[in-house]
Amino acid sequence: MTQKLLEIKNLKTSFRIGDEYYAAVDDVSLTLNKNEVLGIVGESGSGKSALAFSIMGLHTRAKMEGNILFNGKDIVNISPAQLNQLRGDEMAMIFQDPLTALNPLMEIGAQISETLILHRPEMSQKERKDRVIELLTMVGIPRPEYVYEQFPHELSGGMRQRVIIAIAIANRPELLIADEPTTALDVTNQAQILDLIRKLKNDMGSGVILITHDLGVVAEMADRVAVMYAGQIVEIADVFTLFENPKHPYTRSLLTSVPAEGQDKLLVIQGIVPSLQHLPREGCRFAERIPWLDSSAHEEDPVLHEIEPGHFVRCTCYKHFHFQDEAKEAQVHGDTRSK
Amino acid sequence: MVILEVNNLKVYFPIKAGIFNRTVNHIKAVDDVSFSIEQGKTYGLVGESGSGKTTTGRAVMGLENITAGTIIFDGKDITKKQSKTKDVRRNIQMIFQDPYSSLNPRKRVKDIIAEPLRNFENLSKQEEKKRVQELLELVGLSPESILKYPHEFSGGQRQRIGIARAIALKPKLIIADEPVSALDVSVQAQVLNFMRDIQKELGLTYIFISHDLGIVKHMCDDIAIMYKGRYVEQGTKEEIFNYPQHIYTKRLVSAIPDTEPGNREKRFKFRQDIQKEFEESYDDYFDSDGLAYSLKPVSDTHLVALPEKG
Amino acid sequence: MWKFIVRRMLTTFPQLILLSVIIFLMAQAMPGDALTGLVDPNVDRAAIEEQREKLGLNDPWHIKYADWVSGLLQGDLGQSFRYKMDVTDLIEQRLINTFWLAVATLLFTYIIALPLGILSGRYNDTLLDSSITGYTYIGFATPLFIFALVMLWVFGYQLQWFPTGGSVAPGLEAGSMDYILSKVNHLLLPALSMALIQTVSTVQYLRSEIVDTKQKEFVVTARAKGASETRVYNRHIFRNSLLPIAAYFSYEITLLITGTIFVERIFSYPGMGQLFLDSIVQRDFSVVTAVVLLFGLAAILGALVSDIILSIIDPRIRIK
Repeated sequence: MTQKLLEIKNLKTSFRIGDEYYAAVDDVSLTLNKNEVLGIVGESGSGKSALAFSIMGLHTRAKMEGNILFNGKDIVNISPAQLNQLRGDEMAMIFQDPLTALNPLMEIGAQISETLILHRPEMSQKERKDRVIELLTMVGIPRPEYVYEQFPHELSGGMRQRVIIAIAIANRPELLIADEPTTALDVTNQAQILDLIRKLKNDMGSGVILITHDLGVVAEMADRVAVMYAGQIVEIADVFTLFENPKHPYTRSLLTSVPAEGQDKLLVIQGIVPSLQHLPREGCRFAERIPWLDSSAHEEDPVLHEIEPGHFVRCTCYKHFHFQDEAKEAQVHGDTRSK
Repeated sequence: MVILEVNNLKVYFPIKAGIFNRTVNHIKAVDDVSFSIEQGKTYGLVGESGSGKTTTGRAVMGLENITAGTIIFDGKDITKKQSKTKDVRRNIQMIFQDPYSSLNPRKRVKDIIAEPLRNFENLSKQEEKKRVQELLELVGLSPESILKYPHEFSGGQRQRIGIARAIALKPKLIIADEPVSALDVSVQAQVLNFMRDIQKELGLTYIFISHDLGIVKHMCDDIAIMYKGRYVEQGTKEEIFNYPQHIYTKRLVSAIPDTEPGNREKRFKFRQDIQKEFEESYDDYFDSDGLAYSLKPVSDTHLVALPEKG
Repeated sequence: MWKFIVRRMLTTFPQLILLSVIIFLMAQAMPGDALTGLVDPNVDRAAIEEQREKLGLNDPWHIKYADWVSGLLQGDLGQSFRYKMDVTDLIEQRLINTFWLAVATLLFTYIIALPLGILSGRYNDTLLDSSITGYTYIGFATPLFIFALVMLWVFGYQLQWFPTGGSVAPGLEAGSMDYILSKVNHLLLPALSMALIQTVSTVQYLRSEIVDTKQKEFVVTARAKGASETRVYNRHIFRNSLLPIAAYFSYEITLLITGTIFVERIFSYPGMGQLFLDSIVQRDFSVVTAVVLLFGLAAILGALVSDIILSIIDPRIRIK
């Protein structure tokens, strides 16, 4: 049952700013199995979207190092033509913002058909249209024949996100990457879209990478979870372990900063997420957010430690970590440093 | 003490159509909404996009043309937009959703925060500077940052500048329209904590507009659920979350993701059941136009939109 | 879409009425009237006055305006003082000449602008892009009348590739193949001169629009479907980048009008622009009025066409 679908080894994706390259994804290694949902959690600037774009080969001006092995091919060193054969067919992506991810001048039907035209050229026009109608029905769009001829601006956000999902699943991809698929949606739509993704995954047996900042979404959807901070994975574990027994200071802080039952004061993580140019490149990247911990708690060159089977934590600081005194926390939450 | 009383508020927007652009119909953005808020409480307005929650907030703020109804603030009728309500108006301020676009990028922090002061108070340059610095300190930013521009701050800091502007005149009521939905989780916590702190410190009353039920549950004392311009249910936090009566409220509550992975199957099943109930009993809860009925009390504080019995 | 077009056409009526009123008032403000210069200065003043009365020249303005408009609608643009002929007849051939000049110029403008704009936008910040934008800067900086003179001197007088004046070689039978070829031959140099200068703004627009559009998210969606770069550009980026070009079309028309005034003068091309200048110099006011009216009409129609094109490309405009 655990068949490896995707294997990422020491991936480093860097962007050029001025004359220098800065790594947005730094030394990321992970695997994804068939029929598995891997959640990737992090705040903006954590590199989670850059990671997703790397897997799809969607960065146009980035330097990629390491390996992304998918179906025997390495996305890092693949030719554009080969990449185009994979994209939309064996791997597909669901995007964050349904308002901007569809071409405003193209009919819905044509936008879904395009991915069939590209990968199933043998289909007749009629077969294609039938398949598009079938897809629209699958993603729960009422009156698919009518929507087929509509334009994006005539649909609500939730409906547009369904269209984007229809595009992604058109060729039954083995790997589905969902980049914040529900962030732009209302709560009831969010629940429906998540249920839809889950159902489609079960039907197709695909591996899903679910990228989100919403811990609730991860808790409901993922089998395993990777937490990213400043371009690196800081903790990775199966979902139950991660929520019940989180180890890394960042994971623990994140879990305590969302409102929960009977919680009066939310935890605030000191400081701000550093921007790409200002990422600490040496030592533990989270160290400056937990300054009350002695520097000897951190590793000099932090690596992922497997503390129990399948549960990896970066740096040794988790062993010494404790939350800062709450009263004190409240005082300093108004950090006065500028970025 | 009741600080704000809204009675039968209606805000209709005309729909224009045809070659001559005549008004053919109205969108009932807010349709017969009544509520009152006690001083020092946080009142949550919850709904999905297009439910009318933001329009309600803007109407109270005096930013919309009110079609019908009255708004009584601190004992005075402020329904009319341009009447002699300027003095009352200073006591109602707003915090906006997007900390990136709600601050003028070409103005310094000093001028952004001082703007309401200049509109309502005649302060000397010295006094003004002192007030702005006090405000900055209050929201946890260094007083030296008065000469900086908005882009020099992070999202959370910007939202705090927005809050500093809102509290500059020591208002009694603050309308917060999705104040944290553009922010990251940890920054969100910062802003929410801070809003609660200054509420205690300044005795503020909040109207907290949000689509995020988790945050509403954390922040609010009383909650109203809106759907297509109408109230569907209103009650205390406990009533809404523990004993939701209307199917729409149940559906919203069931849609909140649970951070307990062990509950996922249960939640999934629960959501499916609610969805089934929603589809089956839709006609019991909504009229022939798909709108909610008028509110009926089920307890002193708990009102639900149900059809007349019998 | 039809609803939009009908509504858009209805809005041109007030524009047309406003245009006619402005031009009528302009004509009224000009010194003299239909009798000035026609009559012998020795004729008795009373007799002239009687004549004026008879011709309706002393009527109140709104009656004169109504007369004038009803004349316009019947194609009566008045009499030219200079040529002693109907303005309509005077203008007819020149209007046709200018029309073809304008069509040729527009054609060249877009033939140059589309490939340059697309290349420059697609390969932005490369050497190719720098050379193309370099050309546009030169185009912006060069005044049309100097450029046209240089073109005339180089290609007309020095290389003698093109005729240096007129709209057709003399002695050819109208409608024959030679006649048409000669017409085209006379058009090319002025049209090309104008197009080479005027196209630069369209190139710039298209470039920046493509640079903008290629960062849009739906382009990423297209790539994620597995579309090749060529397909991404042809199917998704190009069409979305055309919107501002279509909107710019109406401005292009007004540029064209001012352009023809210079270019026709320089190439001695018998068109509306040259007629306009001549009649100003000769104080042939009824002709000036007629030409301005036609120019105004062209501008209004240009705006109409540009909005209709927009509504065809962009479904969001149609539905409203």
